[in-house]
Amino acid sequence: MAQVSSTVGEQVPTLLSASKSILLRISKFNPELDESSKFMEFTVSYEKWTTVLEAILDVKKHFDHSVAVRYSCRQATCGSCGMLINGKPRLACFTKISELDSDVVTVEPMNNFPVIRDLTVGFEKLFDTHQKIKPYVIRDDTELESDQREFLQSPKEVEQYIQFANCIKCGLCNSACPTMATDSSFVGPQALAQAYRYVADSRDKGKDTRLNIIDESHGIWRCHFAGSCSQVCPKGVDPAMGIQFLRGYLLGFRN
Amino acid sequence: MKESTIMKIHYGTALASVGLVAVHILMRLTTGFADSLEYENVLANYRSVPYVVMLELILILLSVHGFNGLRVILLELKQGRVYEKAVSYGCVVAMIGLIGYGSRTIIMTNMGMV
Ligand code: HEM
Ligand code: SF4
Ligand code: FES
Repeated sequence: MAQVSSTVGEQVPTLLSASKSILLRISKFNPELDESSKFMEFTVSYEKWTTVLEAILDVKKHFDHSVAVRYSCRQATCGSCGMLINGKPRLACFTKISELDSDVVTVEPMNNFPVIRDLTVGFEKLFDTHQKIKPYVIRDDTELESDQREFLQSPKEVEQYIQFANCIKCGLCNSACPTMATDSSFVGPQALAQAYRYVADSRDKGKDTRLNIIDESHGIWRCHFAGSCSQVCPKGVDPAMGIQFLRGYLLGFRN
Repeated sequence: MKESTIMKIHYGTALASVGLVAVHILMRLTTGFADSLEYENVLANYRSVPYVVMLELILILLSVHGFNGLRVILLELKQGRVYEKAVSYGCVVAMIGLIGYGSRTIIMTNMGMV
């Protein structure tokens, strides 16, 4: 595994076994104490398969334990480790250093989220907007009451929404969205993609409820189709497309 | 008003404007650019009722479109209950003001009051 030496403060003796190393710049910021963020720099060796998260955890283990980073699954499933890596919103556990093709790797907290500390941001608003669009199947009856004991779907029906069901709520799309940058009340691409995920589900009967929720002054119409959300999504969700489909319903092109 | 209704109007006014502005430009091309702006020619245009109706329509369509666009920009710039109310009502008032002032020019010129 990669080892770490510091370029700030005292040099830590290292045995760099890997052939290559990069300069890892980590944004440090504690809103309660600091006026502005500053970068700590570390020289980190890496292998072909080393991820940015592993490099950050190496820094924590060997040099600066105080670096605040949120992670859990390490396999692009939990959605915890979103951050700006060389300026682009990415999952740290799903980004290999080797693929960045750069001698300097800069990690910063995601844009459009309040910074808790260093690389960790607050997700309250994302969870609020996600909840607001009612992210569950809405209908009066339940599987238990129906004769079939389950609501069957054809593969074609599943295809309508399954892409959108892959969302891991990592917030990278909201971080990339230019409207989110200035409109603090905007519902955001993550929630809009989830609104479409349920509207497009053949089992769901909550279409009108959800369309009403997103049809307000800081709702779906504040999307200007920059498309950045779809570019950064690590799970292949295409929020921009979902938003256009939802607009189709609202403009009467789809029903 | 529902936001989707407002945005339907926004897109509708944009589309209608494309058509009418195209006619407007084509009619300007019937004479040379300099001739088109001659005092007598401008007055003569305003005397033509169909042309004046078209100008009035363009005025209304683009005022509605433009001020709603401005409202959207301002709503995305800053948030807050009082601010947003001021923006929404301010844009409606400014839109009515501009349409009123433009219509006054069009009607007065058409009736030969200048
Ligand atoms: C006739 C040609 C025009 C067309 C086809 C057109 C179309 C559009 C469309 C589709 C939008 C929505 C963009 C979005 O939601 O991202 C828009 C926004 C806007 N339009 Fe127009 N427009 C035209 C002319 C004008 C004119 C002449 C004005 C100025 C009076 C204007 C002012 C605005 C403003 C301020 C916005 C808001 C900015 C934005 O949402 O990006 N437009 N226009
Ligand atoms: S749509 Fe993609 S980028 Fe956005 S929160 Fe879901 S998984 Fe993350
Ligand atoms: S640690 Fe779970 S997505 Fe990266």
